Amino acid sequence: MHNRRLHTASWLAGLLGLIVLSGCNSAPQSGGTGGGGTGDTILVGSYLSESGSEADFGKSTHEGIDIAIEVINKAGGINGKNIELRAENTESDPAKAANAVTKLITNDKVVAVIGEVASGLSLAAAPICQSNKVPMVSPSSTNIKVTQQGDYIFRVCFIDPFQAYVVAKFARENLKKTTAAIFVDNASPYSKDFGSEFKKNFEQMGGKIVSEAAYAAADTDFKGQLTKIKTANPDVLLVPGYYKNVGSIGKQARELGITAPLLGGDGWDSQDLFVTAEDALEGSYFSNHMAVDDPAPAVKSFVDAYRAKYGADKTPGALTALGYDAMMIVAEAMKRVKVIDGPSLRDELAKTSGYKGVTGTITMNSDRNADKSAVMLQIKGRKFVYMATVAPN
Amino acid sequence: MEDQTLQLFVQQLVNGIQLGSVYALIAIGYTMVYGVLKFINFAHGDVYMIGAYMGMFVVLGFHPANIDQDALVVVLAMVLMVGLIVSLRGNLRNPRAVGLRLAGFGLAFVLLKTLCSAFVLVGEKLFGGLTSVAQTSVLVGGAVSVMVSVGWCAALGVIIERTAYKPIRGTGRLTALITAIGVSLLLENGGQAVFGARTQAYSIASLPGGQELVGATLNLNVLGLAISVNRGQVIVLVSAIVLVTLLMYIVRRTRMGKAMRAVAYDREAAALMGINTNTVISFTFLIGSAMAGAGGFLNYGLTQFSFDTNTGIMFGLKAFVAAVLGGIGNLGGAVLGGVIMGVAETFIAGSPFSSFKDAIAFVILIAILLFRPAGLLGKYTVEKV
Repeated sequence: MHNRRLHTASWLAGLLGLIVLSGCNSAPQSGGTGGGGTGDTILVGSYLSESGSEADFGKSTHEGIDIAIEVINKAGGINGKNIELRAENTESDPAKAANAVTKLITNDKVVAVIGEVASGLSLAAAPICQSNKVPMVSPSSTNIKVTQQGDYIFRVCFIDPFQAYVVAKFARENLKKTTAAIFVDNASPYSKDFGSEFKKNFEQMGGKIVSEAAYAAADTDFKGQLTKIKTANPDVLLVPGYYKNVGSIGKQARELGITAPLLGGDGWDSQDLFVTAEDALEGSYFSNHMAVDDPAPAVKSFVDAYRAKYGADKTPGALTALGYDAMMIVAEAMKRVKVIDGPSLRDELAKTSGYKGVTGTITMNSDRNADKSAVMLQIKGRKFVYMATVAPN
Repeated sequence: MEDQTLQLFVQQLVNGIQLGSVYALIAIGYTMVYGVLKFINFAHGDVYMIGAYMGMFVVLGFHPANIDQDALVVVLAMVLMVGLIVSLRGNLRNPRAVGLRLAGFGLAFVLLKTLCSAFVLVGEKLFGGLTSVAQTSVLVGGAVSVMVSVGWCAALGVIIERTAYKPIRGTGRLTALITAIGVSLLLENGGQAVFGARTQAYSIASLPGGQELVGATLNLNVLGLAISVNRGQVIVLVSAIVLVTLLMYIVRRTRMGKAMRAVAYDREAAALMGINTNTVISFTFLIGSAMAGAGGFLNYGLTQFSFDTNTGIMFGLKAFVAAVLGGIGNLGGAVLGGVIMGVAETFIAGSPFSSFKDAIAFVILIAILLFRPAGLLGKYTVEKV
């Protein structure tokens, strides 16, 4: 008797679940763009962190891809066919990145994949693209291992060794500093390798590393490590992490009385940096892919297109520009192939040469990395100010 | 050289005690609930996270644009659905009861969207008023934020206990544990859907007079050693001591405290003596969650530390380890455990092994379970068979 009652209850629960779930599912479908690959459209997939610890990166990149698709479709698309984006959210989680790419390839049957920003997530998804022979273009994963996953994996940004070299060179030659401390996120390949490459270059240039420490991305209190760094009294403090941690680290470093400027990489590039840092990072420097106040025409027209779509008071970051360039390079390659399939698209992407992108002139080298220059920016009054361009050696 | 080493040692000790005081505030909630119910409330760390958000809404203001109302509707619809299933259980043979519940919940589902909009509107008005009050001075702002964080978290703790834990009380510990994990996931993911995934930070230092009170760095001279501390964190430490003292008073000197101790000792016997055990259990959740809410506001609202909806996970786990370390069920033990955890973590962070900072919590847990399973201040009890 009791069992039957329970049975009825679970049956009812299941029914209710179905009702509510179908209610939830119907909403995004009706709000979506509707229609799949109907023969007139070319499907391109993206997998980005649109929530989680690097949410701002994913959202910025998505905006760049959207602008690029708008520009391409307005100009007649790819030989008459429009490009349509299938976007997946990785929630800053490597396992979800792998699932998202599998879904894009096997379910949505996209011809190319754009993503991820964080190197750790690109590394999780790249082998899947490689084994399915679908080209993947990472807009901004700078870790060297990403494109080593296979010949279908490309990127439009420079790589960490170069970025670390630029920062080390800037610290030694422009700032004339001799001692440095390094503070890295131990769970992030980006941060760790940036730190070790910086160390190699800085020491080769005659500098000295006086202290090294590590943190974890989920940390909020960095005082233990910073107290140790303070006693080493470095000229500069390298923090090659992501904006969320860098802001807190800068704030707490100043509270403990560390006055040395902080140095970092493109992981700093977000206005959210100032949510935690406030004015603590004034006068610090970081390397980046582009500067919004760069006078180059490609940069100017991109900034104008961005402001037309998202509002005149908004400023695109480097990640938006890289998302834009990644999509543009894929579109250029598509225009050059007769039948769009994985292998032929891959071959054309590898031939990309001298493309004048927003983030510099892009040429794919034999390792499928973009050969291009980097810029150094300084933080002044909560703005990123262009300091110098450093070309590849 | 020796002076410098000593100075480093004292500075790290100060850093560690500050961190430990926050662990202690959270650990108290774990330990109290365990003492009374023999149950680990894994959603406790997330109540702490909610405390941080509530303080933010007071200090920075509550903008409906920042709240995803559709997500709020979906999250509440799921909660209502679970509530419906739970309330139908055991009533299925009574058509009138089923009809009434179906009608009631059906109405709630229909009205949900309106209710959510109204809720957000009221929230905006309410927090708008609170924010303008808070803007008058940092002391008023701090007091209002503490009251809102503590009040809301205390209410949340009681709501969670009444809706999620009470209906399944007596069905076994495993059921309760899994329910607690479910509530925890609901708060984390529901929170992310509603508040957004963006990392947040705020400080009452932004209020008038706040810079002097909590923003500035305090340079102390302790026995000739120069120690620098953030004023905000000194206030965190002092507030933690005051709160813990208050709690000790409640538990040891008041009637309700006596009732709590009686229920912890033997719930059935306490009920036979005329103690309303349900009220006592709810009160335990109320106090524990209030402490977590205070911790959430203090640790973020005074320091500009960054947080998001997943912040409660690691803090909750470490506070739980602190409670076990001190002897779960023992209030003094929770405080001691929290301080030990904070100091140990800070010293590891300042050593060449800084990447093992988080591992230390769990190394301590394993060591305690091996050598002193009842914790530092815990008493060994003979399991009654």
